[in-house]
Amino acid sequence: MSFTLARTDDRLLVDVDGQLVVANRQEFKQAVLDEVEQGARLVVVDFTKSAYIDSSGLGALVSLGKRLREIGGDLRLAGLNDDLRTLFELTRLDALFPLYATRADALAGT
Amino acid sequence: MTAPLERREWIIASDVQAIAPIVETVQGMCVAAGFAPRHCRLNIPVAVTEALSNAILRGNLGEPARVVHVAVLLESHRVVIEVTDEGDGFELDVVQHSPDEDGWLEREDGRGLFLMRSLMDAVESQRPDARRADARRGHTLRLILHRA
Repeated sequence: MSFTLARTDDRLLVDVDGQLVVANRQEFKQAVLDEVEQGARLVVVDFTKSAYIDSSGLGALVSLGKRLREIGGDLRLAGLNDDLRTLFELTRLDALFPLYATRADALAGT
Repeated sequence: MTAPLERREWIIASDVQAIAPIVETVQGMCVAAGFAPRHCRLNIPVAVTEALSNAILRGNLGEPARVVHVAVLLESHRVVIEVTDEGDGFELDVVQHSPDEDGWLEREDGRGLFLMRSLMDAVESQRPDARRADARRGHTLRLILHRA
């Protein structure tokens, strides 16, 4: 369970490697919030290497998305496999987050 | 009652870092027993993670001195995962939030029970019975998933 962040100007790319779950959700959330405080406004979280997310991980994404919208930013999700898409559909959070096939699509908003 | 093919038990401290090794073990048991790959990849790890985090953070309030007992019974047609904490328990239908509720999309927590019930065939709650002198302490959440 790890994640890496790479920021260029106001764009932040976050790679999630493994699970985003209760054990690491706070670390994940704080790391992204720190970058938002430093100026990140478009945050793309890439789940290509992620196996699953629990409700804590989903909650962290909801919280970050809310914070970004408050300051005129956006949180976009990319690279979700069918299993992960199922979680977003079950919880209807696919209505809250745009789900993109790739990080390039997410950055372009297409 | 079907005799279990395999039974494993753990007693863990109230520490969320203890969740992952158990989840991986239960996943491995289900893979070896031939459960559906999607169940092994998604349903089981997410539901077990939810049950354990609920027991640690809500049932035991994160108090390190409190423990969680986990039992996995692998039977020929299903897997049963029992998670027992030291809390007073809850009524499943009272505490579960629904996507139909106002504010569902904006809330940061409260989706765990919904996910467990969505991903398992059955979720049962057994609260401690204070009327029984021999009652074991704690609340048990029982997750049941049948072989597809």
